Amino acid sequence: MSSNIQSGSKSFTSLPDSSGHFGEYGGMFVAETLMAPLAELRFAYERYRDDARFQAELDADLANYVGRPSPLYFAEHLTEKVGGARIYLKREDLNHTGAHKINNTVGQILLARNMGKKRIIAETGAGQHGVATATVAARLGMECVVYMGSEDIKRQALNVYRMRLLGAEVVAVESGSKTLKDALNEAMRDWVTNIDTTFYIIGTVAGPHPYPAMVRDFQTIIGREARQQIQEQAGRLPDALVACVGGGSNAIGLFYPFLEDKDVAIYGVEAAGNGLQTGRHAAPLCAGRPGVLHGNRTYLMEDSDGQIIETHSISAGLDYPGVGPEHAWLKDVGRAEYVAIADDEALDAFHSLTRVEGIIPALESSHAVAYASKLAAGMSPDEIVLVNLSGRGDKDIHTVAERDGIKV
Amino acid sequence: MSRITACFEKLKKSGRKVLIPYVTAGDPTPAVTLPLMHEMVRAGADIIELGVPFSDPMADGPVIQAASERALSYQISLRDVMDMVQRFRLTDKATPVILMGYLNPIEVMGYDTFARSAAQAGVDGVLTVDLPPEEGHDFLAALNEQLLDPIFLIAPTSTEERIKLITDNASGFVYYVAIKGVTGASDLDVDDVAAHLEKIRKQTDLPIGVGFGIKDADSAARVAQVADAVVVGSAIVKRVAEHIDAPEKINDAVTGLLGVLRHAIDTAED
Repeated sequence: MSSNIQSGSKSFTSLPDSSGHFGEYGGMFVAETLMAPLAELRFAYERYRDDARFQAELDADLANYVGRPSPLYFAEHLTEKVGGARIYLKREDLNHTGAHKINNTVGQILLARNMGKKRIIAETGAGQHGVATATVAARLGMECVVYMGSEDIKRQALNVYRMRLLGAEVVAVESGSKTLKDALNEAMRDWVTNIDTTFYIIGTVAGPHPYPAMVRDFQTIIGREARQQIQEQAGRLPDALVACVGGGSNAIGLFYPFLEDKDVAIYGVEAAGNGLQTGRHAAPLCAGRPGVLHGNRTYLMEDSDGQIIETHSISAGLDYPGVGPEHAWLKDVGRAEYVAIADDEALDAFHSLTRVEGIIPALESSHAVAYASKLAAGMSPDEIVLVNLSGRGDKDIHTVAERDGIKV
Repeated sequence: MSRITACFEKLKKSGRKVLIPYVTAGDPTPAVTLPLMHEMVRAGADIIELGVPFSDPMADGPVIQAASERALSYQISLRDVMDMVQRFRLTDKATPVILMGYLNPIEVMGYDTFARSAAQAGVDGVLTVDLPPEEGHDFLAALNEQLLDPIFLIAPTSTEERIKLITDNASGFVYYVAIKGVTGASDLDVDDVAAHLEKIRKQTDLPIGVGFGIKDADSAARVAQVADAVVVGSAIVKRVAEHIDAPEKINDAVTGLLGVLRHAIDTAED
């Protein structure tokens, strides 16, 4: 599969192929009922992607509604504390709704409206994608149903209420492990049942083709801005990029515009939970193996019978047993390296960034900050590490307080 | 000729339609399945569709999801399901058995190992819900080498090109999904089904089974008028679920329903 890529001359940005494959990963592994609607979505997306009016409207929404461009911030005090390479933060936490998720929902809902769909559905884990979807649906006056595992509903009461305030119906999913993967199953079931009226806004670069490519394309605004900003501020490209990887949308959004810059090292940070050796983690790229789930072939957390196993992470947004197929491919061809950060290390980074920079990061993003700090410590002061600060940590205050034995 | 093809031909000669009940292997306990398979044959099942439990059954409604979860609480594996078929074959060499499930457990086992083991166990056909023919090249080769029938779904949303692609790759029969939705949903529109079957028949001589949404004598009889086979899943699994606290009653509950369906199908006007 990837022999032509590994030979070195081929580009890293030519995939997926026409059938949605990144090497042996990706594809369309869905029931027959969804094959025609996915083709319809693909045609619509390819049409509007190249449509000047669509792009102009999207650009205006990103600027005036989302608040882009997001700043690139030189974290001087974190850099000092770590003592090594200079650390820059791409401030996706400053977007409307507090995370990178809205870059994608703003794009997909415009597509939905252009396709004449009246009803929006989404899955959510921590609730960030659910909130970002409910937000854009409220703005366009569209009906919105968000599927969320009942376990996650208990853990993320604040986001559930935010979605309801925004007019969305939040449906508790009681099947399976009652978390994100089951919410995704349930959203797919809704979609297959209401295919004529409904647009499914997937929140990450997983799912069947064209979702991994489409969500990536909407998120690459992160990397395109960052690539320009770092050159303006530092006069050159960074030596390393770091982003956390659950499904992997914020990571691919940052990485993609740098993939052809061979001197930029790329690190995706998975959740090691209680530690990779304990088995209680959410790190399919580091400790899983390839399989098929949710419409694509990718690395998965599964048992020896091929059943998907429960994941563990302090961060609900990284608590997913699969990962976007493009990351699986980038790992295999060696363009990106995937590492893992445990709950405790992420918490340390959470406190550290909060105290020295006055920025409270999401627990997801704290994984990236933790690894970037380790990495930077071993590099020289004239080198640069650019971190995607994918979201803000307000939603995680209760989780952190509980860990610290404090009742808020 | 495969056991599935032979079954369709035999029933066609006698002017009867094929009845295909579905049960999830290992639901509600592993011990229930084998005797239930034999009892279903006695009650009029022509082909048995045996569900391979999966942790994330995306195309299934709540009834079959719950069955999967009950079976998985006993860690029923793909290997265990094939063992059940092997034991079924000790005394029943005639009734075709189809495995229905999702791709990932098969991926883990490996396509060739799976196909060889399934053929050795006496499996006749394999329906992998989340594997469209586009992604199925290697898997189809493995099935074909072992003379296993690849069973594919055709949906109300399938275009003519897709129907052609599917029927070109299928053998045994094709399975028309009567509704847009998951297994066990309602609102079956038989006129609409008939119109779709006509479209499919223009492209293939394969027999057509119809499933998803058939739950009682009336819907079975109406579907039997237009299809070659009637597939009933959730309605049967529901009978199983109603007796999880008294598994000794499951056989009677399921065969009772099958008897009613059999009668309805056999007396339906063609």
